[in-house]
Amino acid sequence: MKILVTCKRVPNPEQKLKIGGGKIDLSTATWQINTFDEYAVETALRLTEKGKGGERSGEVVAVTIGPKEVAQQLRGVLAMGADRGLLVTADDGAMDSDSVARLLAKVVEREKPDLVVLGKQAVDGDSNQVGQILAGLLGWPQATFLASIRLAADGKSATTTREVDAGVEEKRVRLPAVVTVDLRIIAKKAVRNEALAGPDAEWEETQRYASLKGIMAAKKKEVKELSPADLGVTLAPLVRAAGYEAPPGRKAGARVGSVEELVQKLHNEAKVI
Amino acid sequence: MGAVLVFCEASGDTLRSASLPALTAARELATHHGGPVVAVVIGQGVSAVANEAARYAARVLAFDDASLAAPLAETYAPVLAAAVKAAGATALVATATSTGKDVLPRTAALLGAGMASDVIRVDGPNKFRRPTYAGNALNDVEIASPIVVLSVRQTAFPAAAPAAAPGTVEAGAAGAIDALGSEVVAVHATKSARPELSEAKIVVSGGRGMKAGENFKVLEELTDLLGGALGASRAAADAGMVPNDLQVGQTGKIVAPQLYIAVAISGAIQHLAGMKGSKVIVAINKDGEAPIFQIADYGLVATWETAIPALIAEVKKLKAAGG
Repeated sequence: MKILVTCKRVPNPEQKLKIGGGKIDLSTATWQINTFDEYAVETALRLTEKGKGGERSGEVVAVTIGPKEVAQQLRGVLAMGADRGLLVTADDGAMDSDSVARLLAKVVEREKPDLVVLGKQAVDGDSNQVGQILAGLLGWPQATFLASIRLAADGKSATTTREVDAGVEEKRVRLPAVVTVDLRIIAKKAVRNEALAGPDAEWEETQRYASLKGIMAAKKKEVKELSPADLGVTLAPLVRAAGYEAPPGRKAGARVGSVEELVQKLHNEAKVI
Repeated sequence: MGAVLVFCEASGDTLRSASLPALTAARELATHHGGPVVAVVIGQGVSAVANEAARYAARVLAFDDASLAAPLAETYAPVLAAAVKAAGATALVATATSTGKDVLPRTAALLGAGMASDVIRVDGPNKFRRPTYAGNALNDVEIASPIVVLSVRQTAFPAAAPAAAPGTVEAGAAGAIDALGSEVVAVHATKSARPELSEAKIVVSGGRGMKAGENFKVLEELTDLLGGALGASRAAADAGMVPNDLQVGQTGKIVAPQLYIAVAISGAIQHLAGMKGSKVIVAINKDGEAPIFQIADYGLVATWETAIPALIAEVKKLKAAGG
């Protein structure tokens, strides 16, 4: 089983955004891997494992797109356990979802993975598009917003559960396929490769963190740099950011001293109950 | 320029109310594109839904086929792409529901079209405003492709009113349908008598401070008393206290009710992204320094254990008094 997993760097979402002159100033931002992509890495790793800390079988290739400095975050993903890394050097700030998906499609053509795992959305752009566009470009099946995934023992299909508005949808896809993961994917028994792990296999309910051993091992792992030209892609974004503005602020209102006062205010002042 | 196509979702035999805001956005967009609003209905046995959609659009294309019974991106995306071409459309719109989010970007890929997600304002034929960074930045985007695709935020556009005269319904030609081996095995629907979270007038949400799933019972009682919908923060959903489909926030549901009551929710950025469009926000938290108080219209520093039973009693009193 060969799995390609994507990891995008995002500015630390806890830092206050600096917006001015129609732009977002990210010059002082600290960068980290998008949480949903960390979950994607965790998913990919579990699919190559017999259980927590068990033997591994298969390969996890992590790909990122961005300036050369993203190598630092990519090493972090290798320290989690991914086997090798691909860094597509490009200005990530100038790209739209379509460009990202086109680059990834070329990486898929080269690497020929059985499965591509992505986070369902990046917490900066919030577009929630890349996995679906990639699947469309490749003509592959897709399963988005996964709460769980079980790979069949024959490696030919995956049964997933997806978070949908009505509840939970169970969807089976043929491999190769593109999947995107949601929060619940890190539950203890949410991910399993039936060829490797039995029904009792379980993992910690979190994405794994890099151990010291993992960090040392990551230094020796291969990271290959590629340019869009190497992949035969000319970047031509279809969606352009024309400007940014801070949203209108919301001011803090009044404190109330008691439940009685709260209900009176909601009834008589706000008139919402 | 051309027609504006709207993907209208079916919910059983009825048009999903979540699609009505997309029809409103499509009407706005049609003033820029110059063409008519064309609704697309896809599924099996969808004639009733198509007729309902015709109340809102000049023309309805209905794709009715047994192989389209379940909303699979693999089959719906090529049908939508074919419909765009058949109608000579220059725009495709849908509400950012779970199906819309799944199907639309794939359709955009098939059309070679640029897509804007979660649009909150239409500023021109190819100019849209959308929130990014968990709603902390509003991004104006321009789409350069001849066809534009957009998903719209349900709470940002009002539900469309029926048009003066109903439109026409035509059968669309779907061509060969290939699910690529994908199938929906089952749907485990959340059974709830409460209104849908994204459409409710009152939402009561609980956070990590509720400590355990069983403690949500008291919030459910308050929710039902107010005729509202129950929500939760990501922390509470993450901890397994409630199903994830109750999650309100950047990566969950976006709500904008008349009244939002946040109980034992600290107010993480990603939660605020999902509810700060609410008209009136009430925060109940034992920590007076919690960030949720910075955006709340009414704040009460109290534990949920004491405040919620008291709140239930007060609301009952109010109702008994005919309020």
